[in-house]
Order: sequence, then structure tokens, then C-alpha cells
Amino acid sequence: MMTDTREVLAGNALPAPGETFELRLYVAGQTPKSVAALANLRRYCEQHMEGRYSLEVIDLLQHPQLAEGDQILAVPTLVRKVPEPMRRVIGDLSNEERVLVGLDIRPRGAR
Amino acid sequence: MRKKPLAAAPALPRLPKAPTGIDGLDEITEGGLPRGRPTLVCGSAGCGKTLLGIEFLVRGIQQFGEAGVLLSFEETAAELAANVTSLGFDLGALQANKQLRIDHVHIDRAALEETGEYDLEGLFIRLGYAIDAIGAKRVVLDTLEALFAGFTNQALLRAEIRRLFGWLKDKGVTAVITAERGEHTLTRQGLEEYVSDCVILLDNRVIDQITTRRLRVVKYRGSTHGTNEYPYLITEEGFSVLPVTSLRLEHEVSDNIVSSGVPGLDAMFGRGGWFQGTSTLLTGTAGTAKTTLAVAFALAACQRGERCLYFAFEESPAQLVRNMRSVGLDLAPYIASGLLRLEASRPTLSGLERHLVVVHKLIGQFRPQAVVIDPISNLVSVGSASEVRSMLTRLIDYLKVHGVTALFTALVSGSRGLVELAEEGVSSLVDTWISVRDLEGIGERNRGLSILKSRGMAHSNQVREFVVTARGVELLDVVIGPLGIVTGAGRLSQRLQEQAVARAAQFEVDRNDRELERKRRVLEATINNLRTEFESVEEELRRVNDQAQARQQAQDRDRGTLAAGRPSGGPSAPSETPA
Repeated sequence: MMTDTREVLAGNALPAPGETFELRLYVAGQTPKSVAALANLRRYCEQHMEGRYSLEVIDLLQHPQLAEGDQILAVPTLVRKVPEPMRRVIGDLSNEERVLVGLDIRPRGAR
Repeated sequence: MRKKPLAAAPALPRLPKAPTGIDGLDEITEGGLPRGRPTLVCGSAGCGKTLLGIEFLVRGIQQFGEAGVLLSFEETAAELAANVTSLGFDLGALQANKQLRIDHVHIDRAALEETGEYDLEGLFIRLGYAIDAIGAKRVVLDTLEALFAGFTNQALLRAEIRRLFGWLKDKGVTAVITAERGEHTLTRQGLEEYVSDCVILLDNRVIDQITTRRLRVVKYRGSTHGTNEYPYLITEEGFSVLPVTSLRLEHEVSDNIVSSGVPGLDAMFGRGGWFQGTSTLLTGTAGTAKTTLAVAFALAACQRGERCLYFAFEESPAQLVRNMRSVGLDLAPYIASGLLRLEASRPTLSGLERHLVVVHKLIGQFRPQAVVIDPISNLVSVGSASEVRSMLTRLIDYLKVHGVTALFTALVSGSRGLVELAEEGVSSLVDTWISVRDLEGIGERNRGLSILKSRGMAHSNQVREFVVTARGVELLDVVIGPLGIVTGAGRLSQRLQEQAVARAAQFEVDRNDRELERKRRVLEATINNLRTEFESVEEELRRVNDQAQARQQAQDRDRGTLAAGRPSGGPSAPSETPA
């Protein structure tokens, strides 16, 4: 069972493999966890999705109203909005393998 | 049916409380939930945790002007709104008025990966945002334990939940946290460890195929509270905890006397009836005209112009009216005029407390001066003895507090039944106890009525026979036989016997009279005989005397003649010459 947000996005065509990833990282202020998460994420993106991603960082302390829309409970939370289906990874993203599994990205070496 | 909270104890500073507005719950908690603190409501599936939470919020908004936030982990806002529409709660309107905010927290474990450290700050931010957006004073988290399904790091989760409760306290909101009941613990995840201010346990059990719900305040830090299990109901008006109308005996009493509807029965009471506002129990075995007596009472109340509410648990109203017409008790005019209201339902239709709620509600609406429950023993079959007792206590209390004159009938089986009722404590609850029973003789059954007790009034100690005639119930005069009071055919044979005795006595008297007459006549005859005999003797004697006298005279004359010499002229002619 997914929420309303998915309904909105359902109209979007599924991006073909290798298409753009649309990522959102939700953090709450500049905590060590969020700083680490952002640094880790940037590294993975450069490594595995170079030029094929857009990243938006949302600080919930400044935009608390956005937490509800993407069903954010834990921070940091990384949300893959596109391609569908929506996936999330929570935590400071320190484990590269799990982040890639969570985002459903195959590492380059495995291709 | 809102009641004033119980009178406050001495003027000590009291824990500030947030009234829930829920029927009965504020009485048990003596004012409501601890203000500004979290309260844990735990219970198994289907016992109304979510409803309690929603009602807490809705009543908070409607009655106390406190906005509320509902953080729902299980149902969406639309689902919740649909669920409570039937209770008359319009969540949509409240949301539109910015008095209520519902945030549905959806946790999808499948689309979630955990890596590295995280915390639940997002939840705090969401909740904080919702609270601040409408200035909420009340928060409901339903059901927080869903978090345990969503996250694998239990240690972190527990730490965050602990932090959440602290955070809620700091926010100063009165929070209700619902949780699923665990096997051996109050909650499945042991949330009671974190919420230490107030824990309310809801219980939903099925006994003899009838569901009964119970509420208990397990703990309430810093406040006294009712400690018992209280039955509660989910009615069409929401949550209703039953009904702690009066925990004390302090109702007002009346000195007025009301009639039982049977003149003969009234006469058995020292003051010609029973006191207004008292409760009367009418027990009897099957077919002892309990219902007839009850209807007579109801009718008498209506004839006085009082409103009467009659709960029939055995007959439908139409059947009752028809049957009672056959004994000259016509209810129809009073039903038509609205003075009498018949409420019929099967006792097993619902649990005890639902009956109690129905009774309360109807009494609240109808405001009767007299109530008949016929029979109360059918309710007894629904619950266990202790439940029945507590229910009856509450019911009788409720009626007394409202000054309602009540009559309960109860079916008992033989003398054992009386013991059972006494054990259930019913007898000590009622003020007057009338027993009707079969007086079984040889080849017949008669109905006898006696008063077992009547508080505050002298009463007859006799077992009175009564008959149900086409003109209602009539008590017969007491007939005392050689072995006590006699009834029925015994009464008739006693009468015949008495008549026979009287006849025999009369016959004896007559016979004596005749004998006397006879004797007198015999004597008189004897006397006549004697007299006749005497007369003949007298006559005989007199004749002898006369002859003797004549002879004497003759001799005297002869002797005179001789003495004078020879008579001249002729021979002597004795006795012919005058001497």
C-alpha cells in the first residue's frame, strides 16, 4: 500500500535503464549524521551515476511541512523519487553496498 | 448523561487534569488524564483504543476548546473519518476549522533500507509541526508500536521512543498513546516502561458467547483513581464507561407512599403502599403472576399521572398488552397518551452493560417516575454472578439517585432461588421484597403472596392467597384452618366442613328441643292419667263415705225414735222424717 505521493508520480514514464535518478536527501540540521550522509551520497553518485542524477537536500528544520509528504520519520532519509517505485534508504549511508542495493543501482564493477 | 465529577478531596493542590469528556472515564480518573503528560492506552485488537483516542481529541475540541493532533500509524485520515462518521464525529470539518490535524504515518518496510546511524528526528519534526500549526493541546499516537515493524534497530527505537515521551512532556501536550496488548505484559513492546504517568487497560473478553468490554486504570501517578474493572461500551454516541453514577449512598429520600396497584397488597403494608423512590423486588417461581403484578404497578403509576418505563425481557409489547387485557389491565390508553413506554428486547441480544446503557439512556430520555424491569433474572443469565451484582448495584443506585420508584421481577426456582438472589446481593439492594409462590396442595396449585421485607414500614407476616381475575389481582381473605392458613380447595373444604359442623350443631339443638317437648307431653299424659285415677278413687271413696254417712244418719234417727218412745201411728219410717 503506497501513499498519495505515488499516485501523483504514477503518470511519469518509467525511465529507461541508465536514465536520470531523482534523489532527495532529508536531513535535520547540520548534525554529524547528516553531514556524513551527504558526503557519502555525493561520493556514490559520482562513482555510479555520474551525470545521471539530480540531488535535492531538504533540511526539515527549515521546511518541516515537507516531512509529511514523503513520509519521513527517520533522518537522514534518502528517497529515490525516480525511477519508480520510490525507494528509501535511511541512516548515514556509510555502507556503500546497502545504499546501492537500496537505490537499486548495480555497481560498475558488477556489469 | 454527563455527571459532575466526584466531590474534591480537601483543598490540596491537585494534579492538573485534562478532562476527556468521555462518559464515565472522567469519574474513574477523578477528573481526566494527567494534563501535559502522556497516557498509555493498551488493549487487544477491537477493544476501541483508536476510538478512545479520537473521542479524546474530538471531545477536547468540542467541549474544552483544545485543538488536537492525531498521528495515525495504521489508518489514513480518510479511513479514520469514515470509521467515526457513524458516531457523529465530523473529522473533515474539524480539520477544515484547523482544530484537528491528522497525520498518517506510513511505514513500508519493503521499500526501506537501513545503513548506518539514524534517528527519528523526522517524526519529531512532523509531530512538532502539526502541533504548532494548530496550537494543539492534545495529541494521540495510534499505534506507536507500528514503528517496531518499520525499523530494525530496536535499541535505537526504544531510545527514540523514550525521547519522544520526554519531548511530549516538554511540549506540554496531553498525549494518549495506544498500544497493542502483549502476552504477559501490558503492551507488546513494553511501552509501559516509558509511560509512567497513567496507564489505562482496555479488555475485550468473550464469556458465554457474549462480548464484554472492561476498562481499568492500571496506574495513575500522583492521583487517586477508581481501581476496579469498569465495563464500557461503544455506543452510537461514542465511548461510554459504565456508569459510576454514585459511589456513595447519599440519595435523597421521599416520605410519599405509592400504591402497588393491588389494593389488597397495599393493605399488607403498614402505610398502605411503598415509599416513592424505593426499589422493590418481586420474586416468584414460574407462573405466579409476577408480570401481572408488575403491570398492575405500572398501571397504578400511570393512573397517578406518572410516567412509567416498562422493560419487558420476555414478551413483546403487543403480546403484553393483549395478555394483560385478559385480566382487566388495559395498557393501551396509557401507551397512546405517552405515559407508559414499553421497551422489549431479548436479554441475550447483548451483554449486560449494553442493557445497562440502554436502560440508562432511556431513563435519561424519558425521565420516568416509575420503572419496571421484567424480569431482572433474565439479565442474570447473561453474565456471571459478580457482574450481575455490580450491574444491579449500579442500576438500583442510578434509579434511587433519580428518585425513580422501581419494581423488578425475578424468576426463582423454589426456595433455592431465594438463596441465590440473596447471594447475589440483590436482596440487600432492594428496599422491599415481595415473594409470590405456588402453594401446591393435593391436586391443585394456588398462588400465595408474602412480604419478605419492607424497609421502614410495618408489614403483614401472612402468606396471602391471591387470584387473578378478569378484574385484575385480588387478594383473598385469610382462612385459618386447624393447621394454619388454608388456600384453594383446602379453603373450600374448610368452608364446607364448617358448614357441616354448623348444620350438625343446629340439628342437635333441634333434636333436643323435640325431645324436651316429647318428655313434657309424656309427663303431662302421665299426670292426666294419675289425675283420672285419683278422680275415680276419690269418687269411689266419696260414694263409700256417703253410704256410711247415710247409714249413720239412719241409725241416729232410729236411735232417736227409740229414745222418744213409740212412734204414733204406725210403724217406724226410718230416715224420712227430718231430724
